[in-house]
Amino acid sequence: MTLFGHRVPMMSSLLVWCLLWELIGRLDLMFLVPPFTAVLAAMVELVQSRQFLAATAITLRSFAVGMALAIVVGVALGVLMGRFRAADRLLGMWVNLFVSAPLSALVPILMILFGLGDTTIIATVFMFAVWIIVLDTQAGVKHISGSLVEMSKSFGAKPRDVYLKILLWAALPEILAGIRLGMIRGVKGVVIGQLLVSVIGYGELFELYSRNFLMERFWALTILVFAFAILVSELVGAIEKRIEYYAGVRQ
Amino acid sequence: MQAVLPRAWETPVPAKPDNIVEVRGLSKFYGSFEALKEIDLDFPRGELISLLGPSGCGKTTLLKMIAGLLQPTAGQVLVKGKPVTGPGPERAFVFQDFALMPWATVIRNVAFGLELRGMPKAQRHEIARRYIAEVGLAGFEERYPHELSGGMRQRVGLARALAVDADVLLMDEPFSAVDEQTRRKFQEDLLSLRRVQRKTFIFVTHSIEEAVYVSDRIVLLSRRPGRVSRIIEPDIPRDGTPDEIRRDRRYLDTIEDIWDGLKRFVD
Ligand SMILES: Nc1ncnc2c1ncn2[C@@H]1O[C@H](COP(=O)(O)OP(=O)(O)OP(=O)(O)O)[C@@H](O)[C@H]1O
Ligand SMILES: [Mg+2]
Repeated sequence: MTLFGHRVPMMSSLLVWCLLWELIGRLDLMFLVPPFTAVLAAMVELVQSRQFLAATAITLRSFAVGMALAIVVGVALGVLMGRFRAADRLLGMWVNLFVSAPLSALVPILMILFGLGDTTIIATVFMFAVWIIVLDTQAGVKHISGSLVEMSKSFGAKPRDVYLKILLWAALPEILAGIRLGMIRGVKGVVIGQLLVSVIGYGELFELYSRNFLMERFWALTILVFAFAILVSELVGAIEKRIEYYAGVRQ
Repeated sequence: MQAVLPRAWETPVPAKPDNIVEVRGLSKFYGSFEALKEIDLDFPRGELISLLGPSGCGKTTLLKMIAGLLQPTAGQVLVKGKPVTGPGPERAFVFQDFALMPWATVIRNVAFGLELRGMPKAQRHEIARRYIAEVGLAGFEERYPHELSGGMRQRVGLARALAVDADVLLMDEPFSAVDEQTRRKFQEDLLSLRRVQRKTFIFVTHSIEEAVYVSDRIVLLSRRPGRVSRIIEPDIPRDGTPDEIRRDRRYLDTIEDIWDGLKRFVD
């Protein structure tokens, strides 16, 4: 980016927005927008509080468990649907429906099914993340040319070898792309789930802060959650980059 | 008193040639399209036999049925006298598109057949290393396929097929994806490989020159449906330099002869 003929670093645009926020906050136009510096101060306070640490632990755990389930089930289903036309016919419709459906609407049903606890959050993460993983895995497995599978068979591969040593690896770039997108959705799932359940984790904190008009804390928590979402997707993106080389050279 | 020795070895054995692969009445339909029709062929042990014919005459189809990768519609393939029902350890395939695993190093690719057989890592890597050296790729063990040239990749494919120590090597146009110079180098390598390894090579090509240059026997296939039109045993001197052989009358005459036969199908 250039400004008045001078090169300015990318992050400086962020600085402009922070400054704007600070100004609006100082003007005291809306109680909803406290000054940015106040939010930062609240953030420092927040990350040291026991409440926050406990909520983080619960949130991370639900996220990790839900994602792990989504990855295992999503990859398995995706491989199945990529390999067998019948599985695709049976499940494809539902996967395509759910991948773009407003899943938040289903969280109340999960709450009835699993109660107002961790299980519902885990189920929400799973439900948000799993479909895109299925779709991407299926796409990856489908476009593998027959030649590697044929090669492994000619050297005596059993069906199990074909799956574990060829198909999963050949489809890995797509699977990872699916997992990355799934993780972003999973973060949404964990937040939306907790907000709707509103008695555990960050959901409880959000509820607490907004009800008591603790806007500094509210915004501090929001920024942290956003940062977490970005971090997660960057992390998987980095892993993806490392194996990018073979997406292009795959036969 | 003299013991009566069993004298079974004296019973006259019929002078039956030792055919490691026999193809009997093999036909293949793709849907209603007849790709191959009633193929009968013998492949003597230790020979290099080429399958030669125009594009689409069913060379790959025939080779894959011998490999056990395709089911014939009718007829059968016998390997060492036993009917083929699927791939087996006595046959190894070299693929036209190399079929290397891009996520695996050269050594893992070469050792893959042994890995599938459950051989311990140290042992299979030792064997793989030997064959990597044999195809001239020593020092490239830890490289990945995308770091190699097309010619080098096919050498990896060849080393992988050699490493499982099969009796029959099935090669589907192994040299078609490399440049002419590399191709000639490969042909020399193939000939010297044939001298040191007691293996049978079944070699698909659509280059007449290549077939005549490397083969003990050439099976000419015709198209629609694919059938055996002729079997030629080129009588080429093998003791000269490559250039001498390529200028040899008999070599040139054989090529001319095959060309005349093929022209009928081109018209
Ligand atoms: N899976 C398939 N389904 C339908 N038809 C096929 C299939 N595979 C091959 N064929 C047809 O069968 C015929 C023989 O194919 P094959 O690949 O064996 O020929 P080829 O001699 O190896 O040709 P090339 O020299 O081009 O490799 C071709 O006409 C091809 O179109
Ligand atoms: Mg072919």
